[in-house]
Amino acid sequence: MGTRMSEDGRPLPVPNPTTAPFFDAAREGRLRLQRCPRDGLFFYPRSRCPGCLGDDWSWEDVSGRGSLHAFTVDRVGHDPALTRDVPFAIAVVELEEGPRMTARMVDCGLDDLRVGMPVEATFETLEDVPLVRFRPRQVERLPIGGA
Amino acid sequence: MGKREAAIAGLAEWAPQRRWDRPMFSMEAAAELAALALADADIEHGEVDGLVTGPVFESPMFAPSALAEYLGVRANFAEVVDLGRGLAGGHGLESGGGHRGGSLRHGPRRLHDRAPAAAALAWRRSGSRPRAHSRLPGGDAWGSPQGQFELPSGLVAATPSFALIASRYLARFPTAPETLAKIAVHERENAAHNPKAIFRNEPITIEDVLSSRMVADPLKLLEVVMPCFGGGAVIVTRSDRAGRGPHRPVFVSGYGERLTHKSITYAPDLVETPTRVASERAFQMAGVARSDVDVALPYDCYTITVLLTLEDAGFCKKGDGGVFLEDHDLRHDGDFPLNTHGGQLGMGQAGLAGGLSHVTEAVLQIQGRGGERQVRSCDVAYVNGTGGMMAEQVALILEGA
Ligand SMILES: [Zn+2]
Repeated sequence: MGTRMSEDGRPLPVPNPTTAPFFDAAREGRLRLQRCPRDGLFFYPRSRCPGCLGDDWSWEDVSGRGSLHAFTVDRVGHDPALTRDVPFAIAVVELEEGPRMTARMVDCGLDDLRVGMPVEATFETLEDVPLVRFRPRQVERLPIGGA
Repeated sequence: MGKREAAIAGLAEWAPQRRWDRPMFSMEAAAELAALALADADIEHGEVDGLVTGPVFESPMFAPSALAEYLGVRANFAEVVDLGRGLAGGHGLESGGGHRGGSLRHGPRRLHDRAPAAAALAWRRSGSRPRAHSRLPGGDAWGSPQGQFELPSGLVAATPSFALIASRYLARFPTAPETLAKIAVHERENAAHNPKAIFRNEPITIEDVLSSRMVADPLKLLEVVMPCFGGGAVIVTRSDRAGRGPHRPVFVSGYGERLTHKSITYAPDLVETPTRVASERAFQMAGVARSDVDVALPYDCYTITVLLTLEDAGFCKKGDGGVFLEDHDLRHDGDFPLNTHGGQLGMGQAGLAGGLSHVTEAVLQIQGRGGERQVRSCDVAYVNGTGGMMAEQVALILEGA
Protein backbone atom coordinates (compact mmCIF):
# COMPACT_ATOMS: atom_id res chain seq x y z
CA MET A 1 0.00 0.00 0.00
CA GLY A 2 1.04 3.59 -0.56
CA THR A 3 -0.16 4.21 2.95
CA ARG A 4 0.01 2.09 6.04
CA MET A 5 -1.27 2.68 9.52
CA SER A 6 1.02 3.41 12.42
CA GLU A 7 0.53 1.45 15.62
CA ASP A 8 -1.63 4.26 16.90
CA GLY A 9 -3.64 4.29 13.70
CA ARG A 10 -2.21 7.23 11.78
CA PRO A 11 -1.65 7.00 8.04
CA LEU A 12 2.02 6.76 7.13
CA PRO A 13 3.64 6.85 3.70
CA VAL A 14 5.10 3.66 2.32
CA PRO A 15 8.10 4.56 0.15
CA ASN A 16 8.85 2.59 -2.97
CA PRO A 17 12.04 2.38 -5.04
CA THR A 18 11.20 5.56 -6.94
CA THR A 19 10.36 7.65 -3.89
CA ALA A 20 12.76 6.16 -1.34
CA PRO A 21 15.55 8.72 -1.99
CA PHE A 22 13.14 11.49 -1.00
CA PHE A 23 12.31 9.78 2.27
CA ASP A 24 15.94 8.84 2.91
CA ALA A 25 16.90 12.51 2.69
CA ALA A 26 13.93 13.57 4.81
CA ARG A 27 15.08 11.15 7.49
CA GLU A 28 18.28 13.20 7.61
CA GLY A 29 16.39 16.48 7.72
CA ARG A 30 16.90 17.40 4.09
CA LEU A 31 14.32 18.17 1.45
CA ARG A 32 15.41 16.57 -1.79
CA LEU A 33 13.70 16.90 -5.14
CA GLN A 34 14.43 15.76 -8.64
CA ARG A 35 15.80 18.14 -11.26
CA CYS A 36 15.38 17.69 -14.98
CA PRO A 37 18.16 19.36 -17.02
CA ARG A 38 15.51 20.87 -19.28
CA ASP A 39 12.49 21.49 -17.06
CA GLY A 40 13.97 22.12 -13.66
CA LEU A 41 12.76 20.82 -10.33
CA PHE A 42 9.65 18.75 -9.93
CA PHE A 43 7.75 17.14 -7.11
CA TYR A 44 6.55 14.46 -6.25
CA PRO A 45 9.19 11.86 -7.13
CA ARG A 46 8.56 10.23 -10.47
CA SER A 47 10.36 7.79 -12.71
CA ARG A 48 10.39 10.38 -15.48
CA CYS A 49 10.10 14.15 -15.66
CA PRO A 50 6.49 15.29 -16.10
CA GLY A 51 7.71 18.08 -18.37
CA CYS A 52 9.39 15.94 -21.01
CA LEU A 53 9.25 12.30 -19.87
CA GLY A 54 13.03 12.28 -19.80
CA ASP A 55 14.80 10.02 -17.33
CA ASP A 56 18.04 11.97 -17.06
CA TRP A 57 17.00 13.76 -13.88
CA SER A 58 19.11 13.96 -10.75
CA TRP A 59 18.40 14.47 -7.05
CA GLU A 60 19.07 17.87 -5.56
CA ASP A 61 18.69 19.29 -2.07
CA VAL A 62 16.47 22.37 -1.88
CA SER A 63 16.18 25.06 0.77
CA GLY A 64 12.99 23.92 2.42
CA ARG A 65 11.87 27.54 2.37
CA GLY A 66 8.64 28.60 0.77
CA SER A 67 5.42 30.44 1.25
CA LEU A 68 1.95 29.32 2.27
CA HIS A 69 0.11 29.06 -1.03
CA ALA A 70 -3.19 27.89 0.45
CA PHE A 71 -4.36 26.34 3.68
CA THR A 72 -7.33 24.85 5.42
CA VAL A 73 -8.11 23.76 8.93
CA ASP A 74 -9.76 20.39 9.20
CA ARG A 75 -12.35 20.88 11.96
CA VAL A 76 -14.11 17.53 11.77
CA GLY A 77 -11.56 14.89 10.80
CA HIS A 78 -12.25 14.07 7.18
CA ASP A 79 -9.97 11.11 7.69
CA PRO A 80 -11.37 9.28 10.72
CA ALA A 81 -7.84 8.12 11.49
CA LEU A 82 -6.92 11.71 12.24
CA THR A 83 -9.97 12.76 14.24
CA ARG A 84 -7.83 12.87 17.38
CA ASP A 85 -5.68 15.60 15.79
CA VAL A 86 -8.61 17.91 15.00
CA PRO A 87 -8.38 20.79 14.47
CA PHE A 88 -5.23 20.73 12.37
CA ALA A 89 -3.93 22.78 9.46
CA ILE A 90 -3.17 21.44 6.01
CA ALA A 91 -0.89 23.60 3.91
CA VAL A 92 -0.10 23.79 0.24
CA VAL A 93 3.37 25.29 0.18
CA GLU A 94 5.08 26.80 -2.79
CA LEU A 95 8.79 26.22 -2.38
CA GLU A 96 11.22 29.01 -3.22
CA GLU A 97 12.51 26.76 -5.94
CA GLY A 98 9.07 26.46 -7.51
CA PRO A 99 7.34 23.15 -6.91
CA ARG A 100 4.35 22.89 -4.60
CA MET A 101 3.84 20.32 -1.90
CA THR A 102 1.18 19.59 0.68
CA ALA A 103 1.96 18.98 4.33
CA ARG A 104 0.68 19.59 7.81
CA MET A 105 1.48 22.97 9.37
CA VAL A 106 3.00 22.81 12.84
CA ASP A 107 4.20 25.29 15.46
CA CYS A 108 1.60 27.79 14.31
CA GLY A 109 -1.61 29.05 15.85
CA LEU A 110 -4.55 28.27 13.61
CA ASP A 111 -5.60 31.91 13.68
CA ASP A 112 -2.15 33.01 12.58
CA LEU A 113 -2.24 31.25 9.24
CA ARG A 114 -2.10 33.61 6.27
CA VAL A 115 -1.78 32.90 2.59
CA GLY A 116 1.63 34.14 1.54
CA MET A 117 3.30 33.78 4.94
CA PRO A 118 6.90 32.51 4.88
CA VAL A 119 7.29 28.90 5.97
CA GLU A 120 10.06 26.35 6.18
CA ALA A 121 10.20 22.58 6.18
CA THR A 122 10.70 20.66 9.38
CA PHE A 123 10.72 16.95 9.87
CA GLU A 124 9.09 14.50 12.25
CA THR A 125 9.69 10.82 12.44
CA LEU A 126 6.97 8.36 13.30
CA GLU A 127 7.89 4.68 13.47
CA ASP A 128 11.06 5.41 11.50
CA VAL A 129 9.04 7.07 8.74
CA PRO A 130 10.02 10.69 8.11
CA LEU A 131 7.15 13.12 7.70
CA VAL A 132 7.65 16.54 6.16
CA ARG A 133 5.89 19.37 7.97
CA PHE A 134 6.03 23.11 7.57
CA ARG A 135 6.25 25.82 10.20
CA PRO A 136 6.31 29.62 10.14
CA ARG A 137 9.67 31.07 9.11
CA GLN A 138 11.18 34.18 10.62
CA VAL A 139 12.16 36.49 7.83
CA GLU A 140 15.34 38.46 8.25
CA ARG A 141 14.56 42.11 8.68
CA LEU A 142 15.71 44.35 5.92
CA PRO A 143 18.02 47.16 6.99
CA ILE A 144 16.06 50.16 8.11
CA GLY A 145 15.80 52.66 5.35
CA GLY A 146 15.88 50.07 2.62
CA ALA A 147 13.52 50.62 -0.25
CA MET B 1 -19.08 16.10 -35.09
CA GLY B 2 -21.70 18.55 -36.10
CA LYS B 3 -23.51 20.54 -33.56
CA ARG B 4 -26.98 19.15 -34.10
CA GLU B 5 -26.45 15.50 -34.86
CA ALA B 6 -27.21 14.09 -31.44
CA ALA B 7 -30.06 14.87 -29.12
CA ILE B 8 -31.32 13.86 -25.72
CA ALA B 9 -34.75 12.36 -26.12
CA GLY B 10 -35.71 11.35 -22.61
CA LEU B 11 -34.52 10.86 -19.08
CA ALA B 12 -35.07 9.24 -15.73
CA GLU B 13 -34.13 10.54 -12.33
CA TRP B 14 -34.73 9.23 -8.86
CA ALA B 15 -35.28 11.67 -6.04
CA PRO B 16 -32.15 11.66 -3.86
CA GLN B 17 -32.70 10.08 -0.47
CA ARG B 18 -30.69 9.91 2.71
CA ARG B 19 -31.69 6.30 3.20
CA TRP B 20 -32.39 4.09 0.26
CA ASP B 21 -35.53 2.10 0.94
CA ARG B 22 -35.05 -0.35 -1.91
CA PRO B 23 -31.62 -1.92 -1.77
CA MET B 24 -30.52 -3.06 -5.20
CA PHE B 25 -27.40 -3.92 -7.10
CA SER B 26 -25.96 -1.41 -9.51
CA MET B 27 -27.00 -3.53 -12.51
CA GLU B 28 -30.54 -3.64 -11.18
CA ALA B 29 -30.49 0.11 -10.77
CA ALA B 30 -29.18 0.54 -14.30
CA ALA B 31 -31.96 -1.68 -15.64
CA GLU B 32 -34.68 0.22 -13.85
CA LEU B 33 -33.32 3.62 -14.84
CA ALA B 34 -32.87 2.51 -18.44
CA ALA B 35 -36.46 1.26 -18.57
CA LEU B 36 -37.76 4.51 -17.12
CA ALA B 37 -35.70 6.67 -19.47
CA LEU B 38 -36.66 4.66 -22.55
CA ALA B 39 -40.32 4.94 -21.62
CA ASP B 40 -39.90 8.69 -21.20
CA ALA B 41 -38.32 8.94 -24.66
CA ASP B 42 -40.81 6.48 -26.15
CA ILE B 43 -37.97 4.47 -27.58
CA GLU B 44 -38.10 0.67 -27.71
CA HIS B 45 -35.61 -1.42 -25.84
CA GLY B 46 -34.68 -3.14 -29.09
CA GLU B 47 -33.56 0.13 -30.62
CA VAL B 48 -30.80 0.63 -28.07
CA ASP B 49 -27.41 -0.17 -29.53
CA GLY B 50 -25.01 1.57 -27.25
CA LEU B 51 -24.48 2.29 -23.60
CA VAL B 52 -22.30 4.41 -21.42
CA THR B 53 -22.19 3.85 -17.72
CA GLY B 54 -20.40 4.59 -14.52
CA PRO B 55 -18.76 1.70 -12.67
CA VAL B 56 -20.61 -1.58 -12.41
CA PHE B 57 -19.87 -2.77 -8.94
CA GLU B 58 -20.89 -6.34 -9.39
CA SER B 59 -18.51 -6.61 -12.32
CA PRO B 60 -15.67 -4.13 -12.08
CA MET B 61 -13.89 -5.78 -14.98
CA PHE B 62 -15.61 -6.08 -18.32
CA ALA B 63 -18.29 -3.81 -16.99
CA PRO B 64 -19.64 -2.72 -20.38
CA SER B 65 -20.26 -6.25 -21.53
CA ALA B 66 -21.67 -7.21 -18.16
CA LEU B 67 -24.15 -4.40 -18.41
CA ALA B 68 -24.97 -5.09 -22.06
CA GLU B 69 -25.70 -8.68 -21.15
CA TYR B 70 -27.77 -7.75 -18.10
CA LEU B 71 -29.81 -5.18 -19.99
CA GLY B 72 -30.14 -7.35 -23.09
CA VAL B 73 -28.55 -4.68 -25.25
CA ARG B 74 -26.72 -5.61 -28.44
CA ALA B 75 -24.33 -2.73 -28.30
CA ASN B 76 -22.25 -1.35 -31.12
CA PHE B 77 -20.38 0.66 -28.54
CA ALA B 78 -20.24 0.57 -24.78
CA GLU B 79 -17.97 2.06 -22.20
CA VAL B 80 -17.41 3.06 -18.63
CA VAL B 81 -16.55 6.69 -18.12
CA ASP B 82 -14.54 8.30 -15.39
CA LEU B 83 -14.83 11.96 -16.14
CA GLY B 84 -16.23 15.00 -14.49
CA ARG B 85 -18.84 13.93 -12.09
CA GLY B 86 -20.78 16.98 -12.77
CA LEU B 87 -22.41 16.36 -15.94
CA ALA B 88 -23.61 13.50 -17.60
CA GLY B 89 -22.99 10.67 -15.48
CA GLY B 90 -22.45 9.36 -12.19
CA HIS B 91 -20.63 6.56 -10.96
CA GLY B 92 -20.99 4.45 -8.18
CA LEU B 93 -22.33 3.12 -5.13
CA GLU B 94 -19.95 4.44 -2.67
CA SER B 95 -18.44 7.79 -2.46
CA GLY B 96 -20.59 10.82 -2.33
CA GLY B 97 -19.44 13.14 -4.83
CA GLY B 98 -18.67 13.70 -8.35
CA HIS B 99 -20.38 13.73 -11.49
CA ARG B 100 -19.60 13.38 -14.98
CA GLY B 101 -20.05 15.28 -18.04
CA GLY B 102 -17.87 13.12 -20.10
CA SER B 103 -20.36 10.58 -21.11
CA LEU B 104 -22.63 12.75 -23.14
CA ARG B 105 -19.66 13.72 -25.19
CA HIS B 106 -19.15 10.12 -26.12
CA GLY B 107 -22.76 9.77 -27.11
CA PRO B 108 -22.62 12.33 -29.89
CA ARG B 109 -19.27 11.23 -31.19
CA ARG B 110 -20.23 7.63 -31.41
CA LEU B 111 -23.61 8.39 -32.81
CA HIS B 112 -21.92 10.28 -35.57
CA ASP B 113 -19.54 7.45 -36.27
CA ARG B 114 -22.03 4.68 -36.30
CA ALA B 115 -25.48 6.19 -36.55
CA PRO B 116 -27.31 3.98 -34.13
CA ALA B 117 -30.88 4.64 -33.26
CA ALA B 118 -30.41 5.19 -29.58
CA ALA B 119 -27.98 5.00 -26.75
CA ALA B 120 -28.82 4.64 -23.12
CA LEU B 121 -26.70 6.31 -20.54
CA ALA B 122 -27.34 5.10 -17.07
CA TRP B 123 -25.91 6.26 -13.83
CA ARG B 124 -26.98 5.20 -10.51
CA ARG B 125 -26.18 4.82 -6.94
CA SER B 126 -27.37 1.66 -5.40
CA GLY B 127 -28.34 0.61 -1.99
CA SER B 128 -25.12 0.30 -0.11
CA ARG B 129 -24.37 2.71 2.69
CA PRO B 130 -22.06 5.55 1.92
CA ARG B 131 -18.62 4.90 3.26
CA ALA B 132 -17.91 6.94 6.28
CA HIS B 133 -14.25 6.76 5.45
CA SER B 134 -13.92 8.35 2.10
CA ARG B 135 -10.30 8.70 1.20
CA LEU B 136 -9.31 9.70 -2.26
CA PRO B 137 -10.57 6.78 -4.31
CA GLY B 138 -7.69 4.47 -4.99
CA GLY B 139 -5.38 7.01 -3.43
CA ASP B 140 -3.80 4.69 -0.93
CA ALA B 141 -2.83 1.93 -3.35
CA TRP B 142 0.78 0.78 -3.49
CA GLY B 143 2.85 3.32 -5.35
CA SER B 144 0.21 6.01 -5.35
CA PRO B 145 1.48 9.58 -4.96
CA GLN B 146 -1.52 10.47 -2.81
CA GLY B 147 -0.79 7.64 -0.42
CA GLN B 148 2.71 8.90 0.20
CA PHE B 149 2.41 12.65 -0.06
CA GLU B 150 -1.17 13.63 0.70
CA LEU B 151 -2.98 11.18 2.93
CA PRO B 152 -0.39 11.34 5.72
CA SER B 153 -0.98 15.11 5.82
CA GLY B 154 -4.68 14.61 6.30
CA LEU B 155 -5.56 15.78 2.81
CA VAL B 156 -8.27 13.25 2.09
CA ALA B 157 -11.49 13.46 0.17
CA ALA B 158 -12.88 16.52 -1.46
CA THR B 159 -13.81 18.98 1.23
CA PRO B 160 -10.30 19.89 2.41
CA SER B 161 -9.19 20.11 -1.21
CA PHE B 162 -11.94 22.54 -2.16
CA ALA B 163 -11.26 24.44 1.04
CA LEU B 164 -7.68 24.90 -0.15
CA ILE B 165 -8.99 26.26 -3.43
CA ALA B 166 -11.28 28.64 -1.57
CA SER B 167 -8.46 29.78 0.66
CA ARG B 168 -6.31 30.65 -2.32
CA TYR B 169 -9.17 32.36 -4.15
CA LEU B 170 -10.18 34.49 -1.20
CA ALA B 171 -6.58 35.57 -0.65
CA ARG B 172 -6.27 36.69 -4.25
CA PHE B 173 -9.79 38.02 -4.69
CA PRO B 174 -11.33 38.99 -1.37
CA THR B 175 -15.01 38.06 -1.45
CA ALA B 176 -17.57 38.54 1.28
CA PRO B 177 -18.78 35.33 2.92
CA GLU B 178 -22.31 36.60 2.32
CA THR B 179 -21.68 36.55 -1.42
CA LEU B 180 -20.72 32.89 -1.44
CA ALA B 181 -23.56 32.08 0.93
CA LYS B 182 -26.01 33.59 -1.54
CA ILE B 183 -25.31 30.68 -3.90
CA ALA B 184 -26.48 28.18 -1.30
CA VAL B 185 -29.49 30.31 -0.36
CA HIS B 186 -30.74 30.87 -3.91
CA GLU B 187 -30.20 27.24 -4.84
CA ARG B 188 -32.21 26.26 -1.79
CA GLU B 189 -34.99 28.57 -2.93
CA ASN B 190 -34.95 26.82 -6.30
CA ALA B 191 -35.09 23.49 -4.50
CA ALA B 192 -38.32 24.59 -2.85
CA HIS B 193 -39.95 24.24 -6.27
CA ASN B 194 -38.48 20.83 -7.07
CA PRO B 195 -40.57 17.95 -5.67
CA LYS B 196 -37.50 15.69 -5.88
CA ALA B 197 -35.20 17.97 -3.89
CA ILE B 198 -34.22 16.66 -0.52
CA PHE B 199 -34.20 20.15 1.00
CA ARG B 200 -37.41 21.32 -0.67
CA ASN B 201 -39.01 22.11 2.67
CA GLU B 202 -35.96 23.56 4.37
CA PRO B 203 -35.31 27.14 3.28
CA ILE B 204 -32.16 28.79 4.57
CA THR B 205 -30.94 32.33 4.96
CA ILE B 206 -27.56 33.97 4.49
CA GLU B 207 -27.28 34.07 8.27
CA ASP B 208 -27.99 30.31 8.47
CA VAL B 209 -25.09 29.66 6.11
CA LEU B 210 -22.71 31.97 7.92
CA SER B 211 -23.57 30.52 11.31
CA SER B 212 -23.37 26.89 10.22
CA ARG B 213 -20.48 24.83 11.49
CA MET B 214 -17.03 25.40 10.04
CA VAL B 215 -16.05 22.14 8.37
CA ALA B 216 -12.77 23.01 6.69
CA ASP B 217 -11.85 26.68 6.71
CA PRO B 218 -13.27 28.63 4.97
CA LEU B 219 -16.05 26.18 4.03
CA LYS B 220 -19.07 25.92 6.27
CA LEU B 221 -21.52 23.08 6.49
CA LEU B 222 -24.27 24.71 4.43
CA GLU B 223 -21.78 25.32 1.63
CA VAL B 224 -21.12 21.59 1.30
CA VAL B 225 -23.24 19.02 -0.53
CA MET B 226 -24.87 16.19 1.32
CA PRO B 227 -24.23 12.77 -0.22
CA CYS B 228 -27.40 10.82 -0.88
CA PHE B 229 -28.65 7.81 -2.73
CA GLY B 230 -30.15 8.28 -6.14
CA GLY B 231 -29.54 7.82 -9.81
CA GLY B 232 -30.46 8.86 -13.29
CA ALA B 233 -30.24 8.09 -16.97
CA VAL B 234 -30.66 9.89 -20.24
CA ILE B 235 -31.34 8.63 -23.73
CA VAL B 236 -29.16 10.05 -26.48
CA THR B 237 -30.12 9.46 -30.08
CA ARG B 238 -29.79 10.89 -33.56
CA SER B 239 -31.56 14.17 -33.94
CA ASP B 240 -34.00 12.80 -36.51
CA ARG B 241 -34.97 9.94 -34.24
CA ALA B 242 -35.38 12.31 -31.30
CA GLY B 243 -37.69 14.41 -33.44
CA ARG B 244 -40.16 11.56 -33.51
CA GLY B 245 -40.37 11.36 -29.72
CA PRO B 246 -42.87 12.91 -27.34
CA HIS B 247 -40.57 15.67 -26.09
CA ARG B 248 -38.75 18.58 -27.64
CA PRO B 249 -35.37 17.19 -28.70
CA VAL B 250 -32.43 18.65 -26.83
CA PHE B 251 -29.34 18.92 -29.00
CA VAL B 252 -25.92 18.32 -27.57
CA SER B 253 -24.51 21.16 -29.60
CA GLY B 254 -21.21 21.67 -27.85
CA TYR B 255 -18.96 19.87 -25.44
CA GLY B 256 -15.50 20.18 -24.01
CA GLU B 257 -13.41 18.51 -21.40
CA ARG B 258 -10.12 19.18 -19.67
CA LEU B 259 -7.99 17.34 -17.14
CA THR B 260 -4.67 18.40 -15.70
CA HIS B 261 -4.26 17.03 -12.19
CA LYS B 262 -5.69 14.68 -9.61
CA SER B 263 -4.55 16.30 -6.39
CA ILE B 264 -5.23 20.00 -6.00
CA THR B 265 -1.62 20.37 -4.84
CA TYR B 266 -0.41 19.92 -8.40
CA ALA B 267 -3.11 21.82 -10.26
CA PRO B 268 -1.44 24.23 -12.67
CA ASP B 269 -3.36 26.97 -10.86
CA LEU B 270 -5.64 26.51 -7.86
CA VAL B 271 -8.12 29.15 -8.96
CA GLU B 272 -7.87 28.96 -12.75
CA THR B 273 -9.65 25.71 -13.34
CA PRO B 274 -9.75 23.26 -16.26
CA THR B 275 -13.33 24.43 -16.80
CA ARG B 276 -11.98 27.37 -18.75
CA VAL B 277 -10.69 25.28 -21.61
CA ALA B 278 -13.58 22.82 -21.49
CA SER B 279 -16.17 25.58 -21.57
CA GLU B 280 -14.53 27.62 -24.28
CA ARG B 281 -14.46 24.57 -26.50
CA ALA B 282 -18.11 23.84 -25.80
CA PHE B 283 -19.24 27.39 -26.54
CA GLN B 284 -17.18 27.58 -29.71
CA MET B 285 -18.43 24.25 -30.97
CA ALA B 286 -22.01 25.27 -30.37
CA GLY B 287 -21.54 28.75 -31.78
CA VAL B 288 -23.33 30.09 -28.75
CA ALA B 289 -22.53 33.27 -26.81
CA ARG B 290 -22.59 33.47 -23.03
CA SER B 291 -25.44 35.92 -23.32
CA ASP B 292 -27.47 33.30 -25.21
CA VAL B 293 -27.58 31.03 -22.17
CA ASP B 294 -31.04 30.85 -20.60
CA VAL B 295 -30.11 28.61 -17.69
CA ALA B 296 -26.71 27.83 -16.18
CA LEU B 297 -26.16 24.51 -14.45
CA PRO B 298 -22.66 24.49 -12.99
CA TYR B 299 -21.51 21.66 -10.80
CA ASP B 300 -21.96 22.71 -7.19
CA CYS B 301 -20.32 20.37 -4.72
CA TYR B 302 -19.43 23.54 -2.78
CA THR B 303 -20.32 27.19 -3.16
CA ILE B 304 -16.76 28.00 -4.22
CA THR B 305 -17.12 25.55 -7.11
CA VAL B 306 -19.95 27.62 -8.55
CA LEU B 307 -18.04 30.87 -8.22
CA LEU B 308 -14.97 29.53 -9.99
CA THR B 309 -17.03 27.86 -12.67
CA LEU B 310 -18.97 31.02 -13.50
CA GLU B 311 -15.68 32.84 -13.97
CA ASP B 312 -13.93 30.14 -15.94
CA ALA B 313 -16.97 29.46 -18.11
CA GLY B 314 -16.67 33.07 -19.16
CA PHE B 315 -19.81 34.54 -17.63
CA CYS B 316 -17.53 37.08 -15.99
CA LYS B 317 -13.81 37.73 -15.67
CA LYS B 318 -11.51 36.00 -13.22
CA GLY B 319 -11.87 37.77 -9.93
CA ASP B 320 -15.23 39.31 -10.80
CA GLY B 321 -17.29 36.35 -9.65
CA GLY B 322 -18.24 37.98 -6.39
CA VAL B 323 -19.56 41.09 -8.10
CA PHE B 324 -21.37 38.94 -10.65
CA LEU B 325 -23.09 37.02 -7.88
CA GLU B 326 -24.06 40.20 -6.09
CA ASP B 327 -25.47 41.64 -9.31
CA HIS B 328 -27.63 38.69 -10.29
CA ASP B 329 -30.63 36.81 -8.99
CA LEU B 330 -29.93 33.10 -9.33
CA ARG B 331 -33.46 31.93 -8.75
CA HIS B 332 -35.57 30.29 -11.45
CA ASP B 333 -37.44 33.53 -12.02
CA GLY B 334 -34.34 35.68 -11.61
CA ASP B 335 -32.22 37.37 -14.25
CA PHE B 336 -29.57 34.61 -14.21
CA PRO B 337 -31.32 31.31 -13.45
CA LEU B 338 -28.74 28.95 -11.99
CA ASN B 339 -29.16 25.36 -10.87
CA THR B 340 -32.90 25.68 -11.02
CA HIS B 341 -33.38 22.17 -9.62
CA GLY B 342 -31.75 23.38 -6.45
CA GLY B 343 -28.34 22.21 -7.50
CA GLN B 344 -26.82 19.39 -5.63
CA LEU B 345 -26.59 21.69 -2.64
CA GLY B 346 -30.38 21.88 -2.57
CA MET B 347 -31.42 18.64 -4.20
CA GLY B 348 -28.90 16.32 -2.58
CA GLN B 349 -25.89 14.72 -4.19
CA ALA B 350 -26.96 11.40 -5.61
CA GLY B 351 -23.57 9.82 -5.14
CA LEU B 352 -21.76 9.38 -8.38
CA ALA B 353 -24.91 10.29 -10.28
CA GLY B 354 -25.13 13.70 -8.63
CA GLY B 355 -23.68 15.48 -11.61
CA LEU B 356 -26.26 14.02 -13.91
CA SER B 357 -28.85 16.15 -12.17
CA HIS B 358 -27.44 19.21 -13.93
CA VAL B 359 -28.00 17.50 -17.28
CA THR B 360 -31.48 16.27 -16.50
CA GLU B 361 -32.48 19.70 -15.23
CA ALA B 362 -31.20 21.32 -18.43
CA VAL B 363 -33.24 18.87 -20.46
CA LEU B 364 -36.38 19.41 -18.38
CA GLN B 365 -36.06 23.18 -18.66
CA ILE B 366 -35.51 23.13 -22.41
CA GLN B 367 -38.41 20.71 -22.84
CA GLY B 368 -40.66 22.95 -20.79
CA ARG B 369 -41.08 20.32 -18.08
CA GLY B 370 -39.73 22.45 -15.25
CA GLY B 371 -43.06 22.76 -13.44
CA GLU B 372 -43.11 25.48 -10.80
CA ARG B 373 -39.48 26.28 -11.45
CA GLN B 374 -39.78 26.56 -15.22
CA VAL B 375 -37.57 29.27 -16.69
CA ARG B 376 -39.43 31.47 -19.13
CA SER B 377 -38.52 30.71 -22.75
CA CYS B 378 -35.61 28.36 -22.18
CA ASP B 379 -33.69 27.27 -25.27
CA VAL B 380 -30.02 27.16 -24.34
CA ALA B 381 -28.38 25.62 -21.28
CA TYR B 382 -24.79 25.62 -20.09
CA VAL B 383 -23.98 22.52 -18.08
CA ASN B 384 -20.73 21.77 -16.30
CA GLY B 385 -19.40 18.74 -14.52
CA THR B 386 -16.53 18.41 -12.14
CA GLY B 387 -14.93 15.17 -11.04
CA GLY B 388 -12.37 14.89 -8.32
CA MET B 389 -10.57 17.92 -6.95
CA MET B 390 -11.68 20.46 -9.56
CA ALA B 391 -9.92 17.96 -11.76
CA GLU B 392 -11.98 16.15 -14.37
CA GLN B 393 -14.04 18.87 -15.93
CA VAL B 394 -16.54 18.91 -18.70
CA ALA B 395 -18.85 21.45 -20.23
CA LEU B 396 -21.90 21.02 -22.40
CA ILE B 397 -24.09 23.32 -24.39
CA LEU B 398 -27.58 21.92 -24.77
CA GLU B 399 -30.07 23.53 -27.11
CA GLY B 400 -33.72 22.97 -27.84
CA ALA B 401 -34.78 22.03 -31.34
ZN1 LIG C 1 12.00 17.37 -18.32
